[in-house]
Amino acid sequence: MNVVIVGAGPAGLAAAEHALWAGAQVTVLDQAETPGGQYHRMLPDAYAAKRPERVQHGRAEFDRRRRVLAHPRCHWWPGSAVWAFDRAEKAVHILRGQSDGGGRRRLTLVPDALILATGAHDRTLPFPGWELPGVYTAGAAQALAKGERVAIGERVLVAGAGPFLLPVAESLLGVGAEVVGVLEANPFSTVRKGWSSRPWRLAAHAGKAGELARYATTLARHRIPYRLGRAVIEARGVDRVREVVTARVRADWSVVPGTERTYEVDAVCVGHGFVPQPELAVAAGCVLDDGFVRVDAAQRTTVDDVFAAGEITGIGGAVTAAAEGAVAGCVAAGGEPSPELIRARDRALAFADRLATAHPIGAAWRSWLSEDTIVCRCEETTYGELTRAAEDTVCPGPHALKLGTRAGLGPCQGRICGPTVSELRGGTERHHRPIVQPIRLGELAARTEGEPG
Amino acid sequence: MSGWLLPRDRDPVGRTDRPIRITVDGEPVTGIAGQSVAGMLLAAGWTSWRTTRSGAPRGVFCGIGACFDCLLTVNDVPDVRACRRPAADGDEIRTQSREENA
Ligand SMILES: Cc1cc2nc3c(=O)[nH]c(=O)nc-3n(C[C@H](O)[C@H](O)[C@H](O)COP(=O)(O)OP(=O)(O)OC[C@H]3O[C@@H](n4cnc5c(N)ncnc54)[C@H](O)[C@@H]3O)c2cc1C
Ligand code: FES
Repeated sequence: MNVVIVGAGPAGLAAAEHALWAGAQVTVLDQAETPGGQYHRMLPDAYAAKRPERVQHGRAEFDRRRRVLAHPRCHWWPGSAVWAFDRAEKAVHILRGQSDGGGRRRLTLVPDALILATGAHDRTLPFPGWELPGVYTAGAAQALAKGERVAIGERVLVAGAGPFLLPVAESLLGVGAEVVGVLEANPFSTVRKGWSSRPWRLAAHAGKAGELARYATTLARHRIPYRLGRAVIEARGVDRVREVVTARVRADWSVVPGTERTYEVDAVCVGHGFVPQPELAVAAGCVLDDGFVRVDAAQRTTVDDVFAAGEITGIGGAVTAAAEGAVAGCVAAGGEPSPELIRARDRALAFADRLATAHPIGAAWRSWLSEDTIVCRCEETTYGELTRAAEDTVCPGPHALKLGTRAGLGPCQGRICGPTVSELRGGTERHHRPIVQPIRLGELAARTEGEPG
Repeated sequence: MSGWLLPRDRDPVGRTDRPIRITVDGEPVTGIAGQSVAGMLLAAGWTSWRTTRSGAPRGVFCGIGACFDCLLTVNDVPDVRACRRPAADGDEIRTQSREENA
């Protein structure tokens, strides 16, 4: 059996480990130069860090897991962007070389089984001014702080929804930024209900509870306010953000008038959860549910010999991603997953459920928007243009909407505005992109170099 | 000031800093080996280096290659995502514009 895994995050690495155990030949691809994905983000080799565990949570676990990449039956291909999947030939198309560079090598692999573990990126809901430089996703702040030791600003506000805001605030403090506050839009009642329903299951996530307690202590030590039921509703500045407006919001995230507060900041980072990156799964023809790749109990997608694991199947953090990867790796290699492996995966999925109920996106968030708020960052399509086009009965449907407003047609191809635009239209349909990663015409024309061992 | 690179002597990870230098529209910018182009620019005080169709400024947004807000030209190759590209000593960077009348 020859198994190809796309993504070397927690899901992909666990998949590699278990596919190797089941006896397969494994190739692991990642567009990044270092393994680890988002959670186990590594410092650049050139930093020659003596104590990387100071910023990398779960470093011991990661060191153990990444050792699989040196296994004699494992090929590890860093710097390899998978840009397409050919359904007819079941071929994985790869560009290997510098990120977005010219002159990358074009390669193809035709595996017996393919495991997609391409992860997620931040979801940030639009608000007036979110396109200003100095407004970042929470993940961007995290990636720069944890992965490079760069602070995005001196005075930073962290806002949005979900427990991920806490490690972001901690990492910002770690690189010397002043965090003026951490705002969770959901009220205490929603968060508590989500986390403490079925309390008998909490024992399984004791590790997570400890992690949260540590973040809480860090915030308290630095006297950083953590507020629930408050959201960023506007960023202001001429050529970059200078101040941000927050407001109390109700459980449905509608703004409580008169509760606005302005903070002077030079950066703000906002994350309202994560969006899966299912482009390859779409190219392979896998069925999606609400943007996530549909999998069965063995992590099989709806396409033969294509498996999916990690945050492309649902948002549940690194432990969930790894538990899914383990099952996918085992089954893809023709093995039979042990009951423990399945139980661990199911327990992890229960955690993902809680996460979703404790930190939902309130339906009334669109009350922050005004007519001229930009929704599609690339094409600068406004909320007003979108609502007018959506109400136009002459050309209904998402394609007419796209062509009429250009939303989703810019460089990011709807990665950022896609979920928002479909939500504003009242639908869930999101992904049509057959090209996974942009590729230069010269590279497309170049001869494929074949299939190295 | 806005962005910055945590100084080595304050960084508990115990880094080794090897200085590198690139130019941005001809202006020299210094950083350390291993930084992304985006990280170097942010730490040097840039917040934007691209303009949109309407001429609005953009820099980093998502930090991981999803939003394409951070595009710039590296050694004459356009549309490189600054957040995904490790900087190399001597890189010549140019800022980009998508302005319709530019
Ligand atoms: C910016 C960001 C920072 C985060 N930081 C943290 C954190 O510090 N702590 C935390 O608890 N959670 C963090 N998360 C949440 C995180 O997504 C998950 O908990 C976990 O990393 C998910 O694991 P995964 O294996 O599913 O995906 P990921 O870890 O995202 O791994 C996916 C991998 O696939 C690769 N990939 C994707 N598409 C392609 C392609 N076409 N070709 C080649 N390679 C590809 C990516 O380079 C990546 O390495 C972060 C999320 C984001 C978006
Ligand atoms: S900041 Fe989003 S692609 Fe670089």
